[in-house]
Formats: sequence, structure tokens, C-alpha cells
Amino acid sequence: MTSALIDPRSQDGSATRKMQTGLVQFGEALADLADKDPRIVAGSADLKSSTLISAFSDRHPSRFYQFGISEKNMVSAAAGMASTGLIPYVSTFASFAGLLCFENIRTDLAYPGMPVRVVATHAGISMGFFATSHHATEDIAAMRAVANMVIVSPADGLSAAALLKETVDDPRPVYFRLSRGRDETVYDTLPADFAFGKPSVLSQGSDLLIIATGHMVCRSVAAAQTLKGQGVSVTLVDLHTIKPYPDEVIAELAARHSAVLVVEEHNTEGGIGTMVQETLGAHGIGVPSFKHGLQDEFALIGPPNQCYRYYGLDALGIAAVGSRLLDRSKQKGPIRDLWAAADKAAVLDAVGARKIA
Amino acid sequence: MANLKMLEEKCVAVRLSVMDQVAVAGSGHYGPSFSATEIFVALYYAFLRVDPQKPAWPERDRFVLSKGHACSAVYPILADQGFFDPAHLETFTRLNSILGDHPDCRKIPGFDFSSGSLGHGLSVACGMAEGVRHQGFDSRVAAVIGDGEQNEGQIWEAAGYAGYRKLSNLLCICDRNQVCVDGRTEDILGVEPMADRWRAFGWHVEEIDGHDLGQILNQLDAFEKRRREGGKPTFIIAHTISGKGVDFIEDQAVWHLGYLTGEDEKRARAQIQGMYKKEEETV
Repeated sequence: MTSALIDPRSQDGSATRKMQTGLVQFGEALADLADKDPRIVAGSADLKSSTLISAFSDRHPSRFYQFGISEKNMVSAAAGMASTGLIPYVSTFASFAGLLCFENIRTDLAYPGMPVRVVATHAGISMGFFATSHHATEDIAAMRAVANMVIVSPADGLSAAALLKETVDDPRPVYFRLSRGRDETVYDTLPADFAFGKPSVLSQGSDLLIIATGHMVCRSVAAAQTLKGQGVSVTLVDLHTIKPYPDEVIAELAARHSAVLVVEEHNTEGGIGTMVQETLGAHGIGVPSFKHGLQDEFALIGPPNQCYRYYGLDALGIAAVGSRLLDRSKQKGPIRDLWAAADKAAVLDAVGARKIA
Repeated sequence: MANLKMLEEKCVAVRLSVMDQVAVAGSGHYGPSFSATEIFVALYYAFLRVDPQKPAWPERDRFVLSKGHACSAVYPILADQGFFDPAHLETFTRLNSILGDHPDCRKIPGFDFSSGSLGHGLSVACGMAEGVRHQGFDSRVAAVIGDGEQNEGQIWEAAGYAGYRKLSNLLCICDRNQVCVDGRTEDILGVEPMADRWRAFGWHVEEIDGHDLGQILNQLDAFEKRRREGGKPTFIIAHTISGKGVDFIEDQAVWHLGYLTGEDEKRARAQIQGMYKKEEETV
């Protein structure tokens, strides 16, 4: 067990576990699936407790493989397991899964077509305090560049469990991009038309189209509420399936709005903002757009919620950027710096970050 | 024991096919293919339980060629055994061929896994060994790795895993030909003491002459006996000669990759055709 991740309020990690309901839901759903499907096995690289795949290993100990701190071996070995007919779900932090193991995923999973599921938790800057080694703000860009990959980025535990079930028989490798599982839920119940590969439209409007993925969806829900209060008509889309990417649906939605805001806990170079702008370009849609995320920078160190606030990736920040985008879209010239240095400086002041000369 | 004479003939045919394939491509890996030829022939004609009629048979034995650049010495074996039409060999590396200079398992019937990026194959083989054990199959998994490949860190992740997990159904053979691309392994980044390293990682280690078919077969038999008893995975250091069979390319890093033409190619073919005869005469 990685003791650093245990909440200080609990000696045994139960408090953390209680908070990380999203990841527990995923692990439980996997264990449920395995009850009926003998092909399913799971593994981790000394992070079963942190990634909460322990919800699986507790119930199916003989089907859980502990690889120790050897992520690349884990991914390649999972490929070997898959080649014998098993469906392995291997979990570690997204920074290691998507970046350290990138070439193993490309060469041993995608190229030979092995149905391994890489469960990448703590994506983005959800471990702000752990610093850049543990941030994953490039993994979408990396994974989308790999042919034959599937990228699933669920907004909460319930939708993650649904997408887990829907993809179990997919012959391709799947990259599950999960957060810490501590976030507010988006779905009390899933809409009847919720489906893998199909963006989920959470609210319908006409002014601003917000496209968000993963943990940014719950924050965008709150931002959309704020914007609605300001008289802005917002469409909010949960882009939970990043690859295969629903180009036509995004184009059709974008064309009906005055501006498009893409929100992601990822570098704006190569993430879903890039994908959406590619859609606008390919379809010749002249709607102003903005990629809101980490603007080609490594994140600061800090508690995750303060990091989100600093980068304008909380409800207030997203709402502010949305409002600014609508204003700016009425003017000529490039749209950039909608969340600027002054905004970041104001956050440092507001949270009382110590300045040491 | 398998008919040694037959195996020798297969080794000659494999090396000649490598010559043919390289001629098609205008470039190829003579050195590391010739060094491992006897190993591949022994595995496929005297050990691996595979079925060309059912290449995806779940309970088959598995073979992982971690040193993927030696694949042109495996292709003629699979073709000879009926996994695919030998006519494919004439398309080696040409546009839209199923046969590249590193193997693609999605294109080649009978090839259990793709390779080419060194350091991955032993991990894949570990996963296969776990997978067949998990499902109660009586399958064995054999991997062939290079010696220079042991500079890859992932090899040692896999080595530690297999030893710790006591994957007794896993056999790893190292083609110890002493050379890699830029020179001799011990001049580049040494891999000795190899046997001690693998023993320390929990493997049963043997050392043999990797061109002596009898020694290879004996070790395959011994592996099978140990496997039935359970315990450690097996690591065989097969001492070989890069480019074995063609004296003017033997044991030279520059012939890791190359192309023989004209008189050189004729001399090479003649030497290969005579290689076992020559040894008999010498004896």
C-alpha cells in the first residue's frame, strides 16, 4: 500500500476509500463482470490500493496478478495473457500507464490487436501535490495517436461502470482514463441513450457549446448552471469516448452554436480541444472556439482543488472562460489567453499561497 | 530423439531461405538469423506442439521471438510446416507482404506474437505462461532473446517476475552470439556474468553450444522433465556464432545486417550447403 495516499484521517485507508467512490464503483463493476466472465483477470504494479482495483482483487484473489513496480512488464505480460484468451485489466496511475508504458501499449497491445484494458487512474493533475512526475497531461495526445486504440474517459463511477461493461468484448485495447474517483457525480441514473462511442448531451442550449471529458464534466455541469443564471444558453456534452472520436456529432453540434469551449485536464496541445478544432476545420465550421486546459505548461504543485482553481478548471473558472469566450467571439482576431496570468495570480492571493522571496 | 540428419537438412534449408529472402529485400539480418538457426529448427521440428491446421489452437505451445530481427530464419520453418504458402517468402519485405524484417503476428499465421522492439518479448512470454497456467492448459512457452537485448531494463522486470512466480512452463533461450550492432556485447555494455545474473533472478540456468543440435534437444528434454516437477523457469545460454555457416561473415558485428551479392553470395551458399558435410569430414 502506498502510504502517502492514505488520508491522514484514517490509519487503514478506509477514509480515502470512502471518498474515492468513483474508483470503487469501477472496481466493483469489474468484479461483478468477472463473476460471470471467466476470461477477466486483473493486475496492478504495486498500486492496487491506490487505483482501487483492490475492489476486484478482494473478491477474485486468484484472478489478480501483482506485478510489483514494473509497469512495462505488466502491460507486455497482459498482452501475452490476452493472446491466450484472457481479458486483462491492468491498473496504475495514468502518468505511468499512458506515458511510461506508451510504447508497450502501442507495440504490444495496439499493433498485434490485444484486448487488454489499461486502467489509468489519477489522470490529469488530480495528484497536484505529487508534482509533475505523477501528472498525466499528455496521455490523451499520446493514446489518440495510436491506431486501433480505444480511449474511454468517463465522468464518474456510474458512467465508468457502464462503459466498462459495454467494452468488455471489444477486440481492441482500451485505455480507461479515470480520475481519483473523489469527484461529484454527474449521473444519478444514466440516460437511456447513454452508449459507448456516443457523446452524452447533458443540457441543450444554443449560445455556448461546452465539450468536457472525464472529471472536468462535473465541474462543467456547475459552470453551465452559473452561465444559465447569467442568461447564457448552454449545451453541455460529456465526451466520454474520445477514440473512436465522434467527429460528425461534434460537427453537427458545433454548427448550431455561437462558440465552442472545450474543457480538459490535459495539455491543450493534442488533447480533445485539438480534436474538436480539427473537426471545425475539416467541416469548415467558422464558429469561434477555445481550448481550455493546461496551456502547454507543466502544472504547479498544490492540492488538486487549488490546482484546478489556479488553472481555471473549476466551476468558477470554466464559467468565466465561457463568458469571456462569448464576448471575445464578437470581436476580430485570435482567441487566446481567456484564462490569463492575472487570473492565476489572483488565485494565489486568494488561497494565501506563501510568497518567499 | 528426433532424427539429427533431418534437422541438419532443415538448418541448411533455413539458411538458404534466409539468403533468398535477403536477396529479395536487398538487405537482411544474416548474422543473428544464422546464429539462431539450430535453436529455431530444434524448437519447431522437435519440441513445440503446434498445428498448422489450427494455428490458434488454445492449448498449443507458444513461441515468442523476442529478437524479432531473426525472423527470416523462422519464416521458412512456418512455411515448411504448412502455416502459410512458401510463395510468401519470395515477397519478404516487399510492399504489402505478410513478411517484414520483424514479424507481425496479425499477418503471419503461426507467429504467436509480433516483435521488433527489443526487451518486450520475455514479458509477453511471461504473460502467456501465466495465461495458459491460469486456464489449466498443459502448454509450454518458449522465448528466444538476444544477448545484447539484455541491456534492456524490461528484460530484468520480466526475469524477476518469472523467477518470483516460478513459471516453470517458461523456457527462455539466449542466442549468445556475442555481437550486436555497434560491436561486441562485452565492448558495448557487458552482459556478463550472464549465468549468475539469471540464477540470482530465480532461474534454472544451463549453457550449451547453440549449434549442436544434440545438446539443444537434450536440454529441451530436460526442461520438459523439470516443468512436470514444477519450480523455476529455465534459461539456456546457447553459445553461438553470429553468421554461423559462412566463414567470411562469422562473428562480425558488421554482418548483423547486410547483403551478399555476386561471387560472395555464391560462396556463402556453397558453404551453407556443405556445412554439416564439412563437419562430418573434419570429424
